[in-house]
Amino acid sequence: MLPNPAKLEGVIDAMAVAEVKGRSLWADARTRFMRNKAAVVSLVLLALVAAFALFGGFFAAWERDFVDFSLTGRNAHMGVPSIETGHFFGTDNNGRDLYARVVQGTGISLMVGIVGALVAVVVGTLYGATAGYFGGRLDGVMMRVVDVLMSIPFMFVLILMLVIFGRSILMLFLGIGLISWLDMARIARGQTLSIKNKEFVEVAVATGVHPIKIILRHIVPNLLGIVIVYATLLVPNMIIFESFISFLGLGVQEPNTSLGALINEGAGTMQYGTLWQIAFPLFFFVVTIFAFFFVGDGLRDALDPKDR
Amino acid sequence: MSTILSVKDLSVTFDVHKQGAWPWTPAQRLHAVSQMSFHIKAGECLGVVGESGSGKSTLARAIVGTVPSSGGQILFEGADLARMDTRQRRVHRRDVQMIFQDPLAALNPRMTVGDIIAEPLVTHEPKTPRVEVKRRVAELMERVGLLPNLINRYPHEFSGGQCQRIGIARALILKPKLIICDEPVSALDVSVQAQVVNLLMELQRDMGLSMIFIAHDLSVVKHISDRIIVMYLGRQMETASAEKLTTAPEHPYTQALISSVPIPDPKLEKARIRPILEGELPSPLAPPSGCVFRTRCPKAQASCAGERPKMIDLGENHFVGCPFHAPAKVIMTA
Repeated sequence: MLPNPAKLEGVIDAMAVAEVKGRSLWADARTRFMRNKAAVVSLVLLALVAAFALFGGFFAAWERDFVDFSLTGRNAHMGVPSIETGHFFGTDNNGRDLYARVVQGTGISLMVGIVGALVAVVVGTLYGATAGYFGGRLDGVMMRVVDVLMSIPFMFVLILMLVIFGRSILMLFLGIGLISWLDMARIARGQTLSIKNKEFVEVAVATGVHPIKIILRHIVPNLLGIVIVYATLLVPNMIIFESFISFLGLGVQEPNTSLGALINEGAGTMQYGTLWQIAFPLFFFVVTIFAFFFVGDGLRDALDPKDR
Repeated sequence: MSTILSVKDLSVTFDVHKQGAWPWTPAQRLHAVSQMSFHIKAGECLGVVGESGSGKSTLARAIVGTVPSSGGQILFEGADLARMDTRQRRVHRRDVQMIFQDPLAALNPRMTVGDIIAEPLVTHEPKTPRVEVKRRVAELMERVGLLPNLINRYPHEFSGGQCQRIGIARALILKPKLIICDEPVSALDVSVQAQVVNLLMELQRDMGLSMIFIAHDLSVVKHISDRIIVMYLGRQMETASAEKLTTAPEHPYTQALISSVPIPDPKLEKARIRPILEGELPSPLAPPSGCVFRTRCPKAQASCAGERPKMIDLGENHFVGCPFHAPAKVIMTA
């Protein structure tokens, strides 16, 4: 049977009118990510930790810098975590509410990780993509700069900086920002070298697209998969790094605190029977880092499905 | 008909650095294209054939300007593209567009089809309103045989033939004067090849385009081209009209090339006498002296090693680069 031409015309019209929504590679990656249970659970956990850091302060019964002198010296049996006293996570050695302090510590630790990763993504990607795309002498000079910066023992320099310029969160951010982008620049450059020889980049060059636009429109979006994966794995590294600095007593200063500083304090008082002082910060620390690793793993599987 | 592109003595050389050599070790020179001269008239289709590594793609890239030329002139409507600075050249790029071999690799996987096709337009006419851009993209998609409602799809959702149509649409959106097709069909199925070749011919006729069609498949080139250039190791061997070249080739290399095209008729195929080429393509890092083809040429003589052979004019736009040229009967029915 032949289709009715009058009806067929309507079908063709309808097809022409209704634009089909395409499935981008990002959308594909999202479905793949959503199928990975561990990664999704970790993402939810991360969201909860972030919510705890942002809004946990509203539920605190005590100010985080209020020192309850009545508890001094009797911390082991008076400062026990309890809902009645309002010290949900107990108190620390000085009689301060540990809940409020863990909220702040989580916030600062997350911020350190995210700032480090952001600097890495923005600076590292653009730096690496530029070096890789233009190649030749510019590439040589730019990558040698990275090599030189990488060969400086940064922990040492950062400790010196914190000692000379005073210990502040700003200085810590600066130090972390300075090192975090180096590896990213190398990764981005390596990827760019393979992308810039693809034909679609050549088409863009032949069409007369400006080099900066080629980098932003053709190179960077194709780099982003790897960059995102690396960035999520970088966040926990930065948190650990900051914790180490704080553990040494050089990072965040009182009355502010971070998870590393809290763990340090908790570790020092473990033998007095106040285990909650180390347990709560450590719990948030471990959960955050584990979750980041799982999310990073899930993202890697989702973003380059060939690479399994 | 006016000449739109004329290439004079074009050479392209690459500096090849040995792996692991010191930075100050002098680089070896690779002669990818050497002293090519030809011209294209408006509305004409020029075929370029040659085996792999003969410099066909480098020639195309030198004309488009993604590879710098090291000598000679590329006169496009009288202006020398090779001498222009980057900025002037960028303006001229809108008139010369290119279609690539691997249809999927030539499309950015992160961009929608609409954005891909619109890119040349947005680059050269940034003030075009969005509605207008979209209208022109849709119009062109229809013209190359794609449903315009697929405008928001991504390249990986299309087949090879459709991807090549997207590439063609992108090349046409600025209404260029010259299109360079670098093996546009060799990555496609035979049935799809025919569709794409016919589409190209149709577009060429309707829009009055000039075209350079590069391929290693002689039967496709013969079908689409008015004139054909035969290349070997970066040099021109013979140039003639498609008819002449495929029925009465004069250069020994062309004769060998044409007789290697299989004929879909077992009897004819068996009865065929074919000069068989021995050996491999010599390295372009150290091409043979004199005539580059002499190492594999059945007619080679001692004098071939001396001077580089000049192009001999046989009339009717037929040029051959061999002093011992002689017509030979070759059969090519495809």
